[in-house]
Amino acid sequence: MNAPIVIVGAGQSGLQVAESLRSEGYDGPILLVGDEPCLPYHRPPLSKAYLAGEADEAQLTIRAPAALAKKQIECVTGVSVVAIDREARAVHLSDGRTQAYAGLVLATGSRARPLPVPGADLAGVFALRTLDDTRRIATALEAARTVVVIGGGFIGLEFAAVAAKQGKQVTVLEAADRLMARVVAPPVSDFYARLHRDHGVAVELGAQVAGLDGVAGRVSAVSTADGRRFAADLVIVGIGIVPNTELAEAAGLTCERGIVVDECARTTDTQIVASGDCTARRLPGGALLRLESVQNAVEQGKSAAAALMGRERPFAAAPWFWSDQYDVKLQMVGLSAGYDEVVIRGEVEARRFSVFYFRAGALIAIDAINEAGVHMLGRKLLDKGHRLAPEQARDPHFELASALT
Amino acid sequence: MVMITYIEPNGSEQQIDVPEGWSLMQAALSNGVEGIEGECGGSCACATCHCYVDDTWAERLPAAADNELEMLDNVAAERRPTSRLSCQIKASADLAGMVVRLPDVQS
Repeated sequence: MNAPIVIVGAGQSGLQVAESLRSEGYDGPILLVGDEPCLPYHRPPLSKAYLAGEADEAQLTIRAPAALAKKQIECVTGVSVVAIDREARAVHLSDGRTQAYAGLVLATGSRARPLPVPGADLAGVFALRTLDDTRRIATALEAARTVVVIGGGFIGLEFAAVAAKQGKQVTVLEAADRLMARVVAPPVSDFYARLHRDHGVAVELGAQVAGLDGVAGRVSAVSTADGRRFAADLVIVGIGIVPNTELAEAAGLTCERGIVVDECARTTDTQIVASGDCTARRLPGGALLRLESVQNAVEQGKSAAAALMGRERPFAAAPWFWSDQYDVKLQMVGLSAGYDEVVIRGEVEARRFSVFYFRAGALIAIDAINEAGVHMLGRKLLDKGHRLAPEQARDPHFELASALT
Repeated sequence: MVMITYIEPNGSEQQIDVPEGWSLMQAALSNGVEGIEGECGGSCACATCHCYVDDTWAERLPAAADNELEMLDNVAAERRPTSRLSCQIKASADLAGMVVRLPDVQS
């Protein structure tokens, strides 16, 4: 039998590559290898609907076994790849097997960045990354009264919203001077700080965590560098992710903030492609871009499958992201880093507005708050390179859709 | 279980028993129905689970929320009066026998 295309990582991106290989016409064997004990699942709802009890595990599973079988995608779970032998074109698995490959896909994902302070390993301290993490957090949350969230980014804030809704006493500790500082402008940060405070969450900015205290091995409080102490019987750490590049590095592939790939998801080895959170994409200008998003998992997955079939299918669309907190949906398109002008359009008080980011007069990103239409329009504007001037965005009578023509 | 018929872009019909409380998107993905992407996992954030609900059923569904309507205005395929996002339709006993058609593009 021919060697399969082996996909390392059975997350959303790995599954996408497998299915896209079929739609690209590949009819050989496909082996999807995942180290989690379950079939590929939707990760975004973990910190949202799943934790809130609105969706169960079966609903998170993307494809039931029969649907994978129909496409002749073999998926082994609970097994990791421990080494790649590029010369022999084979991978070594944690169950002791050696598996030859005709092509190799690295969709190894990312893991939660560990908190580098004493006490981070106490019971009751969790990262929210996998279904298993979330299952354990859901159980701990039931019994918890005081919750401390370390990190005011998407994951931490989404969790804070769920915990606050369940009546827990929640404190968010953010080291920067505003929330989500890495991705949004100050007006959006301020809006979210107010939103959380309105729901009874204590938002502490400039709060550098110094250590976690415990009683009998269980967390009891979080201390900050300025000497404050916050009682906690549950701590969630959401301070970013680390791409899983170790396998690729050990195999001699170029890695820098991620497994380096081109716009078609190709690594420095022609037999190996990579997609999803684990990658850093080399842009035409030479800069590296690491995106941590569903869109990236899916679009790069399509690129990777095409590349294995010898076709070029570059991922060029504007990046988009979203976050659900309480009844507010934040939808972001484009990358706002480097903006020199911000225009706010809509009604902040009514929780329905958008923030437009410009650099040298050109639109580079939009954050839409409860304005899905503006977000979708923004995707079209940015994908097709249409112009929207700051003064047009500022003018409430200007029809945004007219910029599309 | 609620029996729902999905008509894939190529015209083939898939009859699926959807557990009550599941969205039509979740059941379609789980069963490998062609023509639905559902990238965002049901958060009404990607507009890639667009479907057309058969006329007789469209008016029996709870109305779409503003957010869904705004996403529907921007779907990749033709927007019709019967367009819905299948992640926002939850299976319930009174939908038994419903037919939804899937567009030929989602993104």
